[in-house]
Amino acid sequence: MITEAVASPAGSDPGAAAARATDAILDDTLHGTARGVVVDSPPGAGKSTLVVRAALELAAAGRPLMVVAQTNAQVDDLVLRLAEKNPDLPVGRLHSSDTDPYDKALDALENVRTSAKAADLTGLDVVLSTAAKWAHVKGVEPWRHAIVDEAYQMRSDALLAVANLFERALFVGDPGQLDPFAIVGSEQWAGLSYDPSASAVTTLLAHNPGLPQHRLPVSWRLPASAAPLVSDAFYPYTPFRSGTGHGDRGLTLAVPPDGSGPDRVIDEAAESGWGLLELPARHTPRTDPEAVRAVATVVRRLLDRGGATTSERSPDPVPLTAGRIAVGTAHRDQAAAVRAALTELGVTDVTVDTANRLQGREYDVTVVLHPLSGRPDATAFHLETGRLCVLASRHRHACIVVCRAGVGDLLDDYPSTEPVQLGTLVKFPDGWEANHAVLAHLAEHRVRWQP
Amino acid sequence: MSLITTLARLEAVSTGRARPAATVRHRHLSTRPLVFVPLTTAGEAGAPLGALVGTDRDAPRLLVVPQPRDRDLRFAFLAELADVVLPYVDGFAGAVEAAERTETDPETGKRVKVEVELCADAPQLIVPSRAGIDLVRLLGRSMRFRRTAEQDPETPFPAPPRVPLLGRWLTHFGERARVPGSSLLLAMTDVLARHWATGQSTLEDQHLGALLAWIAPPEGRSGAEAAQEAELARDADGQLVCPPAGPATDPAFDNKLLAPAIERYDRARTALAAAEDGLEADARLGALTAAERDVRALVESRTRPTWDAVWRGLDLLRELPQGARVEERWTRDRWSFTGHRDRVLAGEPPQPRRDDAVTAANKLAVREREQARLEAQEALDDPLVMAGRRLAGEAFAGEVVDVVMAYSESKRPSPRPLVTVRTDDRPHLGERTRVYRTLGGKPQTAEFAGYEDGGPDAGGDDGDDGGLLIVLRIMDKMGRGKEPEEGSVPEKGDRVCFTLFEHEPRGGAKLPDPEETPWTHGGPPGEEAAVPETADPVTEEDLL
Repeated sequence: MITEAVASPAGSDPGAAAARATDAILDDTLHGTARGVVVDSPPGAGKSTLVVRAALELAAAGRPLMVVAQTNAQVDDLVLRLAEKNPDLPVGRLHSSDTDPYDKALDALENVRTSAKAADLTGLDVVLSTAAKWAHVKGVEPWRHAIVDEAYQMRSDALLAVANLFERALFVGDPGQLDPFAIVGSEQWAGLSYDPSASAVTTLLAHNPGLPQHRLPVSWRLPASAAPLVSDAFYPYTPFRSGTGHGDRGLTLAVPPDGSGPDRVIDEAAESGWGLLELPARHTPRTDPEAVRAVATVVRRLLDRGGATTSERSPDPVPLTAGRIAVGTAHRDQAAAVRAALTELGVTDVTVDTANRLQGREYDVTVVLHPLSGRPDATAFHLETGRLCVLASRHRHACIVVCRAGVGDLLDDYPSTEPVQLGTLVKFPDGWEANHAVLAHLAEHRVRWQP
Repeated sequence: MSLITTLARLEAVSTGRARPAATVRHRHLSTRPLVFVPLTTAGEAGAPLGALVGTDRDAPRLLVVPQPRDRDLRFAFLAELADVVLPYVDGFAGAVEAAERTETDPETGKRVKVEVELCADAPQLIVPSRAGIDLVRLLGRSMRFRRTAEQDPETPFPAPPRVPLLGRWLTHFGERARVPGSSLLLAMTDVLARHWATGQSTLEDQHLGALLAWIAPPEGRSGAEAAQEAELARDADGQLVCPPAGPATDPAFDNKLLAPAIERYDRARTALAAAEDGLEADARLGALTAAERDVRALVESRTRPTWDAVWRGLDLLRELPQGARVEERWTRDRWSFTGHRDRVLAGEPPQPRRDDAVTAANKLAVREREQARLEAQEALDDPLVMAGRRLAGEAFAGEVVDVVMAYSESKRPSPRPLVTVRTDDRPHLGERTRVYRTLGGKPQTAEFAGYEDGGPDAGGDDGDDGGLLIVLRIMDKMGRGKEPEEGSVPEKGDRVCFTLFEHEPRGGAKLPDPEETPWTHGGPPGEEAAVPETADPVTEEDLL
């Protein structure tokens, strides 16, 4: 495994390394000649901060800027961050004509103008919207610059619809997260450089191989216990490091354990950053009642035991509240089942969502229902590298995985059998490899439990 | 696989018979479909061995290539196929009705309505299995770039006159088959598997004989047994009793029967060519004819069972009443057919080998929209499909127990009545989730406003079996007045069914024209796209 960047002098300051990367990116964006700049960002590496900073600098340089994000929540978040950094900046929020198209908090901002028509927003320094909304904008003078956020989660056809709106662009995204998908088969175009179901960056680079590519080298979110595993398992050729050291983060529990499986796995995760609660092997429906209950119990005990976190942000312990915990699943019905189980245990305000919806979000502790738990087969969906990567990289302190035994055997019984398509870029590592890497690591933090 | 499909399959296993997966037919069936049962030669992609084709179940036309490696014989087969398929297709091109379509006026750029022709009906091709659809595509691909001697006197292997046209039509059928819910080209196994759940895997469902055995087993036998026999039973000569639906053939048939017959045919042909005088040639011609008859008999013996099976499948499907929204989808097929008819008439070149970036993106967008439409329409047409969606938490049905009038908080208040529905379903409702129901054929929107008794987990629903009480705020389709129009708001005691999915998927934004393809996608297609493509060049390795 290539680990050159990680192997850089242990004493070197992660902050300095990150600043160097950011400076190079901004230099290429502001002064470079290429029409596009691509930035790969591992989980929690300060992607949003970079987008906001680049937007401010481009605006300061007097270049009209459009920002393309993928969801309304992402757009609203960027508008709020921009306004926070520079309240005087004239910002436009282009939105759809649905009811409640944007976060009401935007109305309170003095220099943010909202409209469903692009013509109302001309002349503003920065205009932000979703890719879907931008696609409807026609007959306007192209913007001199664009920033495309979450570009790896954007589909090639979505970029096709908006690319005539700008002359040059900065593409920012995380290549390790979930690839975009189509709800119908698209094998017909596999291997074509402009395969409409591929990611926007894949198409962009296939047609413009010479574009400068940068990488953010430091994850500020992932703790020192998680960054090496996530880097090795999901980014073997583009490693990154954690911005904090081993002693910088801590998770303590006020109430002593009661000896049950959930309590033991919580202790293990508090100590090491990882925990695997392994239930007996069994084939189950997707909404495996025992596993769902185990997930809910772990969350309940986390709250009951008075967890508190210390970190570089605050040396004084901060209580671990429901808002700082998330549960991640593969399917929506699993999320619904966990929500129901949590309500039964009287837990509210804990985020429960699928990997797709957890992308880009950050919590102190995550509890994950393993995508392959209890399954008789390993489909491409459940093996997808990005899914596991998202689930295993949302936490600042600890990640607890709930899983049935036997996933290792399942992986060996079902090697990946997807047809090979000529001309497509084979993604490394594949889901099989990544799953094994994560399982092998989790095995060291295993707590067996018979509910 | 959804929970209800799993359940249906388990029931099929325990009862030994396929369970219905639909109560209505979700695909259009033509009154006069063209059934096409092709076979290919092992070892060479897309080399036809023969086919049964026709619209009359009692009189299929048998087409055979006695030596599949002979290019002339293959062309003769394709020409014969064109003689069957093209008149059938042309038969639908003439009868048209007037229709309206919105187009962008090239001068003003405005959307205007134009009067156009729409074919009153369209052809329908039915093949036994999904592999048959792939072969249709492959045949289309192999023929549409061929040049006839008339088009290009220099071409080394001129195709018979109507073969390139057949290639364009087969390509169109093959492309259309990729659109969810379309019915221009159907695979019988796919359509049957949509309407019945068997006790075998979806892979095994692609065997037409086994699938039919599950759906309609012979008297006194279980589907599982009959399916097993259809798949595996062999006669005394080691031949499958129920030949595979093709286009691939069984290796035992290839080795033991077909190869020797083709070899006899080859020998007879060589002998005929070596004949020295007329008398000898006459005798040898007789031998050749006999050898060819043998190959034809073999091909017929393997295609006829499949032919009959396809028609039996059609009988079974015709027993189901057609779903209410199937006709609307068939109209889209008619538009597709009319569009291609017009392109052919206008003398446009054949479909390019590869889609350009814009065409590919447009096709993907259309297919995704049709997939969403199909899923919604199937559920709305069929209570059994809707039951599956309800079980998955994507819809709920129940009785209206309370209606309270309320108004929106705007300058001109509009009605926003609150409707309480009691249901035994468990929909995945979040804050202000939108739900839809059908009102006079159009979707009416409502918003989830909360649970009356504290929600699914407050204990209100366990034990006392009162179900969930869901409060909805009706949002639209109530007219312009202050009071909602008659019948636009559900009343107490009404049975209602709301879905969490939209009924009419929204179209996406218009993509740029191909000549405006942006730099991120390689810019506009180059000059080479403007000249018609040629067939693959003949190389040294092309022995055939």
